[in-house]
This record gives sequence, structure tokens and C-alpha cells, in this order.
Amino acid sequence: MSFMDIFMISSSPALSAVFWFVLLTIVLYIARVHAHRAILSLSRVLHNAMRLTAYSVMTAEQKIRQRNTEVLLAQGREAAERIIEREFERVDNTVKRDLAEYPALHRHLSEQITRIDEDYQQSIEVPPTPPGWVKAVEAVAKIPAAKGDPMVGNVLEDIHQSLVKTSNKATDEYRRASHKRHQLLNRMMPQWRRLQQLLGQVDKNINSLLKRSKVIDRHMGEYEGIIQQTDTAVRMLSSSAMTQFFIASLVLAIAIGGAIINFHLIARPLSEMVGGTSQIMGFKINNIAAMVIILVELAMGLFLMEALRITRLFPVIGALSDKMRVRMAWVFFGILLFLASIEAGLAFMREILMEEDAATRAMLRGDGSSVEMVQSSYLWITTAAQMGMGFVLPFALMFVAIPLETFVHSSRTVLGMIAEALLQILAWSLRLLGNLFNYLGIALVNIYDLLIFAPLSVERLIKARQREPVADEEPPKALESSEVIL
Amino acid sequence: MKRRILMVLALLGMLGLNGCTETQPTSRGVYMLMDTSGTYTQELEQAQRVINFILANLQPGDSFAVARVDTGSFSEKDIVAKVTFDDRPSKTNQQKRIFRDQIDQFIKSVKPSAHTDITGGMLQASEWLNEAGTGHNTVLIYSDLKEDLKEGYVRDIPLQVDGFSVVALNVTKLRSDNVDPREYLNRLMTWQDKVESGGGQWQVVNDMDRLESVLTL
Repeated sequence: MSFMDIFMISSSPALSAVFWFVLLTIVLYIARVHAHRAILSLSRVLHNAMRLTAYSVMTAEQKIRQRNTEVLLAQGREAAERIIEREFERVDNTVKRDLAEYPALHRHLSEQITRIDEDYQQSIEVPPTPPGWVKAVEAVAKIPAAKGDPMVGNVLEDIHQSLVKTSNKATDEYRRASHKRHQLLNRMMPQWRRLQQLLGQVDKNINSLLKRSKVIDRHMGEYEGIIQQTDTAVRMLSSSAMTQFFIASLVLAIAIGGAIINFHLIARPLSEMVGGTSQIMGFKINNIAAMVIILVELAMGLFLMEALRITRLFPVIGALSDKMRVRMAWVFFGILLFLASIEAGLAFMREILMEEDAATRAMLRGDGSSVEMVQSSYLWITTAAQMGMGFVLPFALMFVAIPLETFVHSSRTVLGMIAEALLQILAWSLRLLGNLFNYLGIALVNIYDLLIFAPLSVERLIKARQREPVADEEPPKALESSEVIL
Repeated sequence: MKRRILMVLALLGMLGLNGCTETQPTSRGVYMLMDTSGTYTQELEQAQRVINFILANLQPGDSFAVARVDTGSFSEKDIVAKVTFDDRPSKTNQQKRIFRDQIDQFIKSVKPSAHTDITGGMLQASEWLNEAGTGHNTVLIYSDLKEDLKEGYVRDIPLQVDGFSVVALNVTKLRSDNVDPREYLNRLMTWQDKVESGGGQWQVVNDMDRLESVLTL
């Protein structure tokens, strides 16, 4: 029995339609109150369910936000501590290196000053003392004597000569003393310069310390902000985490490119050792071997960076004693060097295999020119380049540890932020859906009434007539249907 | 409790390892039949080119055999050269060179046979390839596909070439084909039916210049 068989109660479709419409209108009118209740209760159930779910999602989002902030602050605090610690280490090194020698420097300065002082004392100019007999000459010169008395003249002449002689002698002595003083002053020059250098060095050291102290002050300010959990600190750390995440991703992408090149360098020659046809889980065994070698190199690189305390991914290695850590660093470096040497060898082998392949292909094609091309004397350049790359790439990959650490730390924050955003969108969508269900219920009720507008109009007319006697006393009430709607 | 967990982990590990070691053969097997009957021996020099092309394309682990089609081809003695390439590429290259030399020697010294037993060759090919255990099998028939069996030889046997690719190369037209091309077409049709009813895929390549672009092993 098809739908049309049920629908067509008479031969005329219009008549059948009218019949069904009337029947449905009557049924809907009878079931109106219950239907309204059912529709509204269902829409309210859905609305409340959505609101509750949205509330739960928002609670979860707040928890995640709180947790993210905690993690962000903890990471920021750790990073700030590490930077401050490093700055203090630098200050410590400066103090140990430069200021530990300060007593010696001080002694040196004192000695220099003493020497300069002594030289200065020695270089003081002492005025020559006039000879004691000058007064006697004055007395002789006052003796009254007749003109032309030879005796007096002779005496005075002798005195004059003696005086000139003495004067010359005094002048010579004065010159010698002056020369000596000049020599002393000349000797003071390098001492002054040395003193200036020493003071300059002290000034440089002090300035360096001052600069460091300013940097420490700045970092301490940031650190205090993090400790106090200020919004500025959180915003700064979030922005920093995003930047670091993108930079680290970029560097990691470059590293992956390097790893792929490395893989191609060693995968083919490895088939000479482990075979190139067997497969494990659909992957050729030589490819797996190449991948394992690269991953071991990466692991060794990570451990080496950890042992050198450049990264802090493995606290166990960082917590080892310095002696053990240094030993481990050497072991990791040794393994890395060994693997790099193996890779260089494999790269060399790859070139040989490729040449052999090319020669075989050329022979099979009967192409003489290709054989000549293969035997070109410039092939050593590509061989050397491949060997160099094979040796260098493992060491280059070692430095992946740095962006990897940054990526791991920043991805925690970034993922948290993404989760936050997703939860916010989800909560908003749930709220929207809840409201949609609510208004959809109201709309359905109105549509329901629209379908049975005819009996409703009749009902209103009847009720209006029934109320007519009391119409003057009370104002007419609002439509009943609207009560249901509200 | 801990023991149970350990046992479960061990079982899972064993299952995982089992899954890991299960491998499907991905190597290729190629068996080439060379018609040495009558005037077709003149075409064998071109067959060398085909063989060299195949050798250049095969990889370590693949198998390759070249057999002649003569009066009774269902025999190991008709296999001119066969090889399963080593895992190591360097060894594979050596094997390819030796194989090529063997073929060169054969082409120089080949004598035309009185009859042509292609079905026997096909049976031998499917047997050899199945034994080789290769993943993707190809049978190349370098012939005019005109079977001429010696009296008493029974070759009304269905071919077992399920999953095989069968490629007819250089199917030359005979004089009688020129007179009545239906003979040629019927010959091709008969072989196609035989191969497809045996579960194989049929292909014909007559233009040897297009061989490299058409032939996918």
C-alpha cells in the first residue's frame, strides 16, 4: 500500500487534500496544549543541555588556561633563572679572573707610586749654597788702598780667579745634578704610563661588572614580574613562546631536510651490507638501517649537547657529577665521530656504486660516450663533496638538540593555547546551538498555531462572545496562545 | 599482577615482531622466450636489445631467465641463461655482465630449430617463475606466435599463468598472414584467450622503438 493509496480517499485529489487538512487541523487543535508543552520542553531540555555542556567546556577551558599560565610562568621562571645564573657565572668569572688579582695589582700600584715618589724626591732641585768666603772677599774689597797698589790688585786678582774657578765648578756641578734629575724624571715616564694602564684595566673591569649588573638588574626585573605573575609577564612569555615555536619549527624543518639528504647518502651503500631486497613492515631493510644510523646520530647529538649542559632535556645527565658528565661527553663525541666516519665511507661507496651502475647501464645500452662520461676525471669532486657531507651532516644534526628543546618547551604552551581557543569556540558553538534550540522551539509552537489558525480563530471568537457581558469591567486578556508561547 | 602485565606485554611484543617479519615478495620475475625456429632467428639480434633493456631495469633480488623456443621447449635444457640477482648492487652488476655475455654467445651460435613449441615454453616459464617465488611475474614471448608442434607432442594443456603479465614482442607477419590477415589476427586472439583463461594479462608490443615506454616490468 503506497502513500497515494492512503492519501486518495476520493477520486479528486483536491477533495482528498481538503479532507486530510481538516482532519489534521482538528487533531492538531485537540493535541495543541500537549504538543506545545512537548515542543517547548524538548527545546528547553536541549537548550539547558547545551548551556550546561558549554559551562563545563568553559570550566575546562579555564582550567587549561590556568594550567597553561602556570606552565608558562614555570618555564619562564626556569629560563630567567638560567639566564640570571649564567650572568652570575660570568660576573663570578670576571671577579675571579680580574679582581682576584686585585691585591697583587694593588701592591703593584703601590710600588709604582713609591718608585715615582722616590724619583720625585730625588729630582727636587736644591739651590747651590754660596761659598763661605764671599764675605771675606767683601771685607778685602772694602780695604782702602791707594791707587796703583799692586798688592791689593794681586790679591783681588787671585780672588777673582778663585771666584771664577769656583763658579765654573759650581755651574758644572749644578748641571750634573740637573742632568741627573732629568734622568730621574725621564725614568718616571714609563712608570706613569704603566700606572695609567693599570688604572685603565681596573676601570675596564669595573665597567664590565657594572654592565653585567645592569643586565642582571633587567633580568631580575623580568624574574620578579614572573614571580608576581603579572599580566605583562604572562603576555611577554606567551608571545615569546609563539615566536620560539615558529623559529624552532623552521629550524627543525631545515634539519629534517638535512636528515633526508643524509638518508639518501647512506641508504644505497648500506644495501651492500644488509641487502637491498628484504623488507620489514613494507620498508626495505637498508632504508631502515640508514634511518637507524641517523636516529642514533641524533640521539648521540642530543646526549652530547645534554652532557655539555647546552640543553636540559634529560635531567639525569645534567645531575651527574662534572667528572662523569665530561667523560660521557667524550664518549658521545667518540661515537658520533665514529658514525660520521662510517657515513663518509658509505658516501664514498655510494659514488663507486653509482659509477658502476652507470657503467653497466652504458654497457647494456652499448653507449660508448656514456662510458667515457662515467670515467671522467672530475668525478673526484662529487666523491669528495659526498664524503664531506657524509662526515659533516651528523655533526650538523647534533645541533638539532637546541631547536628541539625549544620546540618541545614552546609546543607545550602553543598546544595549550590552541586547546584554549578550540574549547572557547566549542563553548561558543554550544551556547549558540542551545539558543537556536530554544528559539526553534518557540518558532515551532508558532508554526503549529499557524497550521491550526482556523479553529483558533473560532475559539477566540467564542471566548470573546462569552466575555462580552464583563467586557466593560475588565480589559480583554492577551491571547491564550501567546501565554503558551511565553 | 606485575607478572600478568609483563606476560601480556611479552605476548604483544611477540605478536608485533611476528607482524614485522611477515613480508610479501616484491621482487620481479621475468622469463623471456626466444623463438629460434626458421627465419625468425634473423630477429634475434633485436632480441638482444630487449634483453639488455630488461637487464638494465632489473634490481637486486629480481629473477630473469631467457629460454629458446625450439621443437620441445618444456625443458630446463632450453633455458639459455638464468639468474636471481644478489641483494648487493655490486654483485648484481657483475651478474648482469655475465648474463649479457652468455646471451651474446648464444645469439652467435644459435641454430634454427625445425619446430616451434611455444606452449611448452610457456609451461616451463610458469613453472620456473613459480619456483623463483617472485612477486610480480612477466613472461615475454619474442616470437611470431606461430606454433608448429612436432608430431606426437601434446600441448593441449591450459596455461597456469594466474597473475602473470604475458607480453608478445615483435609478432612478425608471415607471408600467409599477408595473404589472409585473419590468420594473424586469429593467432593473436588464440594466444590472448589462452593467456586470459589461465588468469594472465595479455599485451602485444610490435614497435620495438616504443619498447622502453610500453614495457613495464
